[in-house]
Amino acid sequence: MANPNGIGASVRRREDQRFLTGRGNYTDDFKRLNMTHAVHVRSPYAHARILGIDFTDAAAMPGVVAVLTGADMEADKVGSLPCGWQIHSKDGSPMKEPPHYPLARDRVRYVGDAVAVVIAETREQARDAAEMVVVDYEELPAVGSSTRAVAGGAPLVHDDAPDNVCYDWHLGDKAATDAAFANAAHIAKIDLVNQRLVPNAMEPRAAMGEYDQSNGEYTLTTTSQNPHVTRLLMGAFVLGIPEHKLRVVAPDVGGGFGSKIFHYGEEAVVTWAARKVGRPVKWTADRSESFLTDAHGRDHVSHAELAMDADGNFLALRVSTLANLGAYLSTFAPSIPTYLYATLLAGQYKTPAIYAEVKAVFTNTSPVDAYRGAGRPEACYLIERLVDVAAGVMGMDKTEIRRRNFVPKEAMPYQTPVALQYDTGDFAKNLDIALPLVDYPGFQQRRAESKARGKLRGIGFATYIEACGIAPSNVAGALGARAGLYECAEVRFHPTGSVTVFTGAHSHGQGHETTFAQIVAERFGIPIENVEIVHGDTNKIPFGMGTYGSRSLAVGGSALVKAMDKVERKARKIAAHMLEAAETDIEVKEGRFTVAGTDKSLGIGDIALQAYVPHNFPLDELEPGLDEQAFYDPKNFTYPNGCHVCELEIDPDTGVTTIVSFAAVDDFGNVINPLIVEGQVHGGLVQGIGQALYENCVYDEESGQLVTGSYMDYCMPRADDVPSFTVRYHEDQPCTHNPLGVKGCGEAGTIGAAAAVMNAVVDALSDYGVTHMDMPATPEKVWRTIRDAAPAPAMAAE
Amino acid sequence: MYAFNYQRPTSLADAATAIQAEEAKLLGGGQTLLPTLKQRLARPTDLIDLGAIPELKGIREADGGLEIGAFTRHAEVAHSDLVKRVIPALASLAEGIGDRQVRNMGTMGGSIANADPSADYPSAVVALKATVTTDRRTISGDDFFTGMFETALEPGEILKSVRYSRPDKAAYAKFRNPASRYAIVGVFVAKFGADVRVAVTGAAGSVFRAEAFEAALAADFRAEALNGLSVDADGLNADIHASADYRAHLVTVMAKRAVEAAG
Repeated sequence: MANPNGIGASVRRREDQRFLTGRGNYTDDFKRLNMTHAVHVRSPYAHARILGIDFTDAAAMPGVVAVLTGADMEADKVGSLPCGWQIHSKDGSPMKEPPHYPLARDRVRYVGDAVAVVIAETREQARDAAEMVVVDYEELPAVGSSTRAVAGGAPLVHDDAPDNVCYDWHLGDKAATDAAFANAAHIAKIDLVNQRLVPNAMEPRAAMGEYDQSNGEYTLTTTSQNPHVTRLLMGAFVLGIPEHKLRVVAPDVGGGFGSKIFHYGEEAVVTWAARKVGRPVKWTADRSESFLTDAHGRDHVSHAELAMDADGNFLALRVSTLANLGAYLSTFAPSIPTYLYATLLAGQYKTPAIYAEVKAVFTNTSPVDAYRGAGRPEACYLIERLVDVAAGVMGMDKTEIRRRNFVPKEAMPYQTPVALQYDTGDFAKNLDIALPLVDYPGFQQRRAESKARGKLRGIGFATYIEACGIAPSNVAGALGARAGLYECAEVRFHPTGSVTVFTGAHSHGQGHETTFAQIVAERFGIPIENVEIVHGDTNKIPFGMGTYGSRSLAVGGSALVKAMDKVERKARKIAAHMLEAAETDIEVKEGRFTVAGTDKSLGIGDIALQAYVPHNFPLDELEPGLDEQAFYDPKNFTYPNGCHVCELEIDPDTGVTTIVSFAAVDDFGNVINPLIVEGQVHGGLVQGIGQALYENCVYDEESGQLVTGSYMDYCMPRADDVPSFTVRYHEDQPCTHNPLGVKGCGEAGTIGAAAAVMNAVVDALSDYGVTHMDMPATPEKVWRTIRDAAPAPAMAAE
Repeated sequence: MYAFNYQRPTSLADAATAIQAEEAKLLGGGQTLLPTLKQRLARPTDLIDLGAIPELKGIREADGGLEIGAFTRHAEVAHSDLVKRVIPALASLAEGIGDRQVRNMGTMGGSIANADPSADYPSAVVALKATVTTDRRTISGDDFFTGMFETALEPGEILKSVRYSRPDKAAYAKFRNPASRYAIVGVFVAKFGADVRVAVTGAAGSVFRAEAFEAALAADFRAEALNGLSVDADGLNADIHASADYRAHLVTVMAKRAVEAAG
C-alpha cells in the first residue's frame, strides 16, 4: 500500500503551521541575558579615504558599551573575508583578490561599507551613538557601473587591480567559432544588459555572536543558507577560531535566494565583538541596510552573435560579457559569471562551436554574487533573446527555429562545447506539451482581437537548461572551487521507531522538513509524523554544504538515500539475527523485513527497539544502535530544463504591459512533492517576471549612490501583477546519476521567465520594428519606444 | 526613531494647546510621518495624536454634498454607503490609495495636510470645489494647496473637516508608480452642470487644474473632446519612473479615462 505521505504525494508543508502563526524562530527572535545590540557606521560615500574616526562623543552616549573600528580588528589580527572560488584569466594569471575586511581600514569602496560598529544596551541607543561617530572622509572619484569601470582613465577601486579588472576569462574554442562564423550564411547579433537586482529576502540579514568564557566557545546565530561553510570560512580565515570551539546556528531563515550563502562581515564583527565586550552581541539589518549591503545579483553587459547556415541551423555562438562584481569579491562571486554562466551558453541547442569571453570588473557598488539562478538566468536570457532575433533574421517561426536546433533526446548524454555533459532531456517534448497549453495556433486571432481593442499582443517562448545539484566536487575543484560540494545526511532511528534526520542542506523556504520526511516515510513505511528533519546547526549536523543552486534534493536527498541504505543494511542484519535466518534470505519492503517464503517478518520499529536493547546480540558481529551517516558526492550536475511561454498585452497609450497568461513546462526529473514543486515554480516565475518588468537596481554612475534604496523606487512584483500560472511537469527523463532521479526545481522559474516575458514584449512591439528592449520593460520605456519608432495611431488621433 | 513625547488629546481645544509645544507634530494616520520618524528623518519633541478627538471624525451629508471629518480613514471613505451614493468617485479614489494596510490607517486630513505632490486626495479637493474647515477658519479648496508639501495652514492650525460639493458626474483615474503605487499622474474630472473641473495630481509639485481640458469638456463632455490637448511638460516632475514629457502625456490619457469612467 502506497504511503499517503510518501514520494509523489502533495503533502502540505509541515513547517507552515509555525511560519504562518508567527511561531518561527528567526535570528532576531533569539534573546540572551545581557545581550547587547550592534549598529554599524556605514560609509555615505561610494569611494573615500578614511582620514580619521572620532568616537569620543559616541562612546560617552547613554548605554554605549563599545565603539570598535577596523583598527581594533587589525590589532586583533582579524583576517579578510575569503573568496571561495578562484578564476584564472586567459593569460593564466590568477584573478585579482583584494582584501575585504569586515570593518574598512583605510578606504571605503561602496555606499554602505562598514567603518565602525557601536555596541550598546539597546538598538536605539546604538543608533543614537552611531550618529555621533565622526568619520573624516576624503571623497574620491567613484565608479558606479561596469562600463565606467573599463572606460579609459576610470578611477581605480583597488590600486592593485589595473583597469579595475578582476579577471579576463574565456571558455570554448575560439578558432572553431571564428571559422564557423566565416562560413555562416546568416548572423544574428544582439547587445543586451542583464540589469542588477536586489535579492530582497523577506527576513533581513541578522547575526548574534556569543562567547562563553568558561570553555572558550563561540556561537554565531545567523541568517545563513549554509552554516558549516560560514563556520569554516569565518573560523579558519577571518577570526582564527578552530571548528571545535565555534558553533554556527542558522535557525529559521526567511528566504535567501542566494544572498545568504555568503559569509558577510557583520557575522565576523558580532562574533569577535562578543568576546571583546564579554556579552552577546546582536545585529539585525534594517531594510535600508539590506538594499545597501546584501550581495546583489546579475549586472551583465553583453554582446552576442549567432552564426547560422542557410536553413537556420546554428553553427556557432560568440559571446562577450562585462560582469560587475562590485567593490569586493563576495564568497562565490567569481564563479557566477564564469562557470555558472558561460558553461550554460549551449542552452538546449546543438550549436557545435561556442566561444565566450567574460571580463569581470570592480566598481564602487555593493558586491555582486549568486542570486536565484546565478549565472543561468543570464545565460538563458542571452541565448533566448538571440534566438528570437535569429528567427527574425531567418524569417522563421520562433518555435520552429528552436525545434530545429534542439539537442535531440537520442543524443543524450550530450557533451556541449562549453564543458558540461547533459545526462538527460527531451526538449521537443517540453515544447510539445507547452504549445497546446497556450493555443499557439489561435495566437494570431487573439492578436487581431487585441488590436481591435487598441492593444498590442505578444507571445514569447523561452527554453532553458540549467546545471544544478551543485556539486560534483572533482569537477568543481577543477574549475576553481576551493571547497568540495558534496552533502551529508544522518538517519537516526530511535528505540521506539521514530526517526531524526540530520541534513547538511538548509531550508529557508524550500520545505525540506516535509520533502525529506516524505522520502524517509516512503522508504521505511512509517508515518511522516514519526520523522523529524534537523538542519542548520553545526553542533548537530555532520559537515554539510548547505542549500544553493537547487541542490538540496539532488545532493542532500541523495545523501539521505545513502544513509537510509546503510540503515537498511544494518536493520537487515538485526532482522536476520532476530528471525534466526540468513541475512540473504531477508526480503525488505517499505520497512518490513521478511524471511523469504515465510510469514516470519519484523517491522523497522521492532528492529529499532532491538538495536537499542541488544540483549542477545552477537556483539563481535553486530553493533548495537541504528544510526547511520553518509556523504554523497555526485558524478555530474543535474540538468533541469523546460519551456516557458508568456502571452501579454501592451497598452500603447500608457506603455503598461499586462501578462495575460504564462505556461511553464518543466522537467525536474522525478518529483517528490508536486505541491511544493509548483510553489517553487510560481515563486521563481514571479521573480523572473519581476526582473523583466519591474525590478532594477540603479546606482548613479558618477557618484556611486544607490538610487533605488527602498521600495518607493525599487519595484517588487506583487500578486496582482501576475496571472494565474499554468504549470506542468513530466517525469519521463529522470536524472540518471542520482538515486532519486531528481534534478532540482528551485531556480527554474526565475531562469526561464525573464526571457519568455521579454520575447513576448518584443513580439508585441514587432510592428514598430522593435527587435530588442533591455529589462525592465517599464511603462515609460515601452511608451517611448513606441513613440520614437513611429507616430502610433492612438497618439496621432489626440 | 528618536524619542518624543506622545500626547493623545480628546478635544480639539486640547490639541490646539498641545501643538503649541516647540517642534510638536500632529499625527493623523501616520502613513507618512511614522516612516519618516523610523528613518530618523524628523525629530519632533511631541507627537499629538489626533485619533481620540470626536470632532474630527465622521461623514455627513451637508448642503447636498459631503462633509468628511479630517480623521476619517481612507477605508471608511471607501466603504461608506453615504459616500458611494453621493460622490461615488470619492469612494473609488479612497479605495485606490496605497494598499489595504495604508487605507486602514491613513486619514483624509493627514493626506491633505501633508500635500504630497503624488497624493490622491488633493485632486478631489480641487475638482470637487471643496471647502476646508480648520479650528480657526474656512479655506477654499482652490487656495489650500500652495506648493510641494505646502498648504495654506498656519503653524499649529488643525484641519477639522472638508466639505465636498456633489458633482453631476465625476471620476478619478490614476496612473500608479509601479514601485510605491503613489500617483505618477492622477486626474479627477468633475462635472457640475455646464462647469467642468479637471484637477491633476502627481504630475507637478502640487495639484493643478488643466484649464484647457476643462473648457473643452465644458463644451463637449466626451473623451474625444480632449484629442490634441495636452499640458505643458515644462515644470512637471521627473524621476526614474517617469520623465516630464511622459507625465504630460499621461495627463491626457488619464483625463480621457476619467471622462469615460464618469460616463
